[in-house]
Amino acid sequence: MDVILFTVFNGLLYGMLLFMLSSGLTLIFGMMGVLNFAHASFFMLGAYFAYQISKYIGFVPALFIAPLIVAVCGAMVEKYALRRVHKFGHVAELLFTFGLFYIIEELVQMVWGKVPVGYHVPEFLDFTLFSMSGMGYQAYAMFTLLVSIAIFFALFSVLTKTRAGLIIQAALTHPEIVSSLGHNVPRVFMAVFGLGCALAGLAGVLAGNTLGTEPSMALSLGPIVFVVIVVGGLGSLKGALVASILIGVLQTTAISLDLSINSLIETLGFAVDLESLWHILIDLTISQVAPILPYLLLVVMLIVRPRGLFGNRDV
Amino acid sequence: MIKISNLHAFYGKSHILRGINLTVDKGEIVALLGRNGVGRSTLVKSIMGLVPTTGSILFKDNEIVGNATHDIALKGIGYVPENRDVFSTLTVKENLLLGVKDKNVKAEWTVEEMFSLFPNLKERADVIASAISGGEQQMLTMCRCLMGNPEFMMIDEPTEGLSPQMVETVAELLKKIASKGIAILLVEQKLTIALRLARRVYLMGHGEIVFEGTPKELEKNTSIRKEWLEV
Ligand SMILES: Nc1ncnc2c1ncn2[C@@H]1O[C@H](COP(=O)(O)OP(=O)(O)OP(=O)(O)O)[C@@H](O)[C@H]1O
Ligand SMILES: [Mg+2]
Repeated sequence: MDVILFTVFNGLLYGMLLFMLSSGLTLIFGMMGVLNFAHASFFMLGAYFAYQISKYIGFVPALFIAPLIVAVCGAMVEKYALRRVHKFGHVAELLFTFGLFYIIEELVQMVWGKVPVGYHVPEFLDFTLFSMSGMGYQAYAMFTLLVSIAIFFALFSVLTKTRAGLIIQAALTHPEIVSSLGHNVPRVFMAVFGLGCALAGLAGVLAGNTLGTEPSMALSLGPIVFVVIVVGGLGSLKGALVASILIGVLQTTAISLDLSINSLIETLGFAVDLESLWHILIDLTISQVAPILPYLLLVVMLIVRPRGLFGNRDV
Repeated sequence: MIKISNLHAFYGKSHILRGINLTVDKGEIVALLGRNGVGRSTLVKSIMGLVPTTGSILFKDNEIVGNATHDIALKGIGYVPENRDVFSTLTVKENLLLGVKDKNVKAEWTVEEMFSLFPNLKERADVIASAISGGEQQMLTMCRCLMGNPEFMMIDEPTEGLSPQMVETVAELLKKIASKGIAILLVEQKLTIALRLARRVYLMGHGEIVFEGTPKELEKNTSIRKEWLEV
């Protein structure tokens, strides 16, 4: 029972962080019509900025300042580069974000080097909050979970309750009409891009110190974020939320079970011929399979329901 | 109010408008007629800055060709697109509120006035806009545009696909708008309400104006009607 509780907690935490990343990506997709390959790079920038800032003035200011800087970087990229590339169509945009991904990776390596930097959990949050059956739940994990839940509610109320949020919603589906009503749509798009990058940056601030802050972190997280928004349905925030939590719980559950199919069969009373070739397959533990589970889900989803859980357009 | 001279518009390489000249004066309803695909919507979008154009468009004596769409809207031009494009994820009331401009424009129309003009919208104020009927959506897009307090309004095929009764409601609203001194460019395919409401009529064929005159003159001119309007 305790194990299940812990797993759900961890899955929820991982899922909410995924949502922070994927909500921005899915909003930006709604606006550009193409996936932003460089989205996870802004996550990485958030982690590096937080590392640098917390070194000088501490973690708490970094929590606010780093995402803000990432937002400004994102907005500048949209205003001075993407907007110009947009005229040349979707393929050009896609290639642009692809190039941007590598540029950011190279820049990060130039400034901070190839090895991980020492971005650590802040001392005041580095303790065990409570423990059950010998497992400890970290205060920092709880902190991260609470921040992500707060961000989730803030994002939803801004988008559905404020005038700016309504303009964003309308501009995502009908940009020409919104501009013909006198709203500056290019500026709205710049703000959406900045907001999406800020969310990714905040996720980087929160996760960089536990996942490790290194130049390859964008590449290792990027694909899973794509899985989330495709499974949830491109452009759908609700879908991004459900898919994030689904994938978060799925992965953490699979890892914590760590039960080999072999031992399962043995407990059921079958003898297994150890010499057989099958042995290798059977001995795969579920935790070894866990990393491919999200991609399996992606492939199945694309075959069964290409528009994703809540999407309204096909991939 | 608006004076268009020698306007050309392009979609990529295809040359859609070939030298359009057209004027609309204050408080006047002018109809723009023509068959499918002759470029009426393109003309309206060009005025709104949504299509690349060359030539001249003077609005209250200021050149607006090359301006950004939202600046053109802020200067006082309103556009009601064809296909009654409501913001489908927002409620009726939210649709109306997005018609209000953020700056420079004093609000002459309120949501309450819109509801009194068209009580159906009041009943459905909190309904998601994709769930109301086609006629109601047409009224909503027109009211949404009015909320921005335009001095000149371009309305693209407001009666298409509506029941005769609903067409009358739209015609009534157009009359009310014009009575407030707002100039209207009414794009239509059929003559039905256009001839009744308009003071002047332009007839378009293949990217050019092929006839200009009063509704009476168009009615008399059977050869022009045969060639450019009737099937
Ligand atoms: N986005 C576009 N790209 C390329 N060509 C277009 C585009 N939109 C319209 N056209 C072409 O421009 C021409 C004029 O179209 P427009 O929509 O202005 O016609 P219309 O007179 O409004 O007719 P209707 O509304 O009945 O279709 C048509 O031949 C159409 O195929
Ligand atoms: Mg048209």
